[in-house]
Amino acid sequence: MDGEHKTNRYVGIFRDGIWNQNIIFSQTVALCPAMAVTSSATNGLGMGLATTAVLTAANVLISFIRKGVSNEVRIPVFIAFIATLVTLVDMAMNAWAHDLYKVLGLFIALIVVNCAILGRAEAFASREKPLAALVDGIGMGLGFTLALTTIGAIREVLGTGMLFQQAHLFFGPGAKWLEQTVFPGYGGMLMWILPPGGFMVMGMLLAAKRVIETQRSRRPAVNAQVVHC
Amino acid sequence: MTLSEKFDVWRSKMPYQAGSLALVGILTSAALALANQATEKPIADSLQKDLKVSLAQVLPVGSFDNDLAGTTVKHQGRTVYLAKKGGKLTGAVFETSSKGYSGSINVVMAVDPQGKVLGVRVLSHTETPGLGDKIETQKSDWIKSFIGKTLPGAKWAVKKDGGEFDQFAGATITPRAVVKAVHEGLQWYVQENAAILKEEK
Repeated sequence: MDGEHKTNRYVGIFRDGIWNQNIIFSQTVALCPAMAVTSSATNGLGMGLATTAVLTAANVLISFIRKGVSNEVRIPVFIAFIATLVTLVDMAMNAWAHDLYKVLGLFIALIVVNCAILGRAEAFASREKPLAALVDGIGMGLGFTLALTTIGAIREVLGTGMLFQQAHLFFGPGAKWLEQTVFPGYGGMLMWILPPGGFMVMGMLLAAKRVIETQRSRRPAVNAQVVHC
Repeated sequence: MTLSEKFDVWRSKMPYQAGSLALVGILTSAALALANQATEKPIADSLQKDLKVSLAQVLPVGSFDNDLAGTTVKHQGRTVYLAKKGGKLTGAVFETSSKGYSGSINVVMAVDPQGKVLGVRVLSHTETPGLGDKIETQKSDWIKSFIGKTLPGAKWAVKKDGGEFDQFAGATITPRAVVKAVHEGLQWYVQENAAILKEEK
């Protein structure tokens, strides 16, 4: 019973990260990197995955030290750990995965300023056990990746008529099939690539999520009425 | 009082907080210092390798047979790599830079002895991904539009400013900066050409 309960809890944490408390679409935090890099689906995906790695590592690390950190100094402690972690990743990649660094390097510095990571440390990892923090980090990270990739894909298709351009630079030649021309001969519409396009796509997706959630919460209510009759 | 209750009391006191913060500071800076030491050499090596690759890229294939990294002249604080074939000078390669949209753009360029651009490559930049990064060869062929240009023979500006180099949709500052860097580099080389050669001998 207890084991099943625990599994359900982890599934719940994961689902919160992907959908219910999605960093972009529900918490609406970390919008600065989100707007900056989602000019294409590939960039969104790359940034999302890099953030997932750092977020998961930071969550687990902070969960391990949570009992030793007193409430009054927790924020500087978390910031020091997160900034160090990102810098270590940055240096290690630059040294030992230099080709990947040349592609992803632009994004790594942006991860430091991602408030979602500090947010998860504060709201979740500092109160929960390492395993739960790990699940939360992966869930939140993948939710973030999903959001960035979706925004990036819509902006890229509307802006250039293509999808996942240059994916092979990130994921090797094997990812060449991801690169698709959605509208052949499309002249492009620059606005979607520029910041206004980012805000518009973001707004529309937020609205769409609200509509889905409202409809979902309405349906059981209707059923309940039927039962009552 | 159990041990954990004692710890709770202790944790809420000032000395513990100051001490733990100091400890975190020491630990993180130690980690960074160690990592810096461990990665410094590999990073420098990779940058050196990148430089070698870029040096070879800006010169036409087969236009030199000497060790570029070994044939250098330091002139006015710039390192100039001299490309030679059969002992005869075929080109000079050097770095130049200018300020882009966010931070400096470093380019390496090759010029032949007559003052014609042989090739240009961007070494490093921090321009907006998806907009300004079309100055990289991996993303677009734009940077090749400099090949064959000479100082008097080309209008050294982007089209928007009345020149002959394309700007990118949504990014004018980045190509403008690269044009400026190459232009200045070429002017410098044409002016200092003789002095550089004299220093080599």
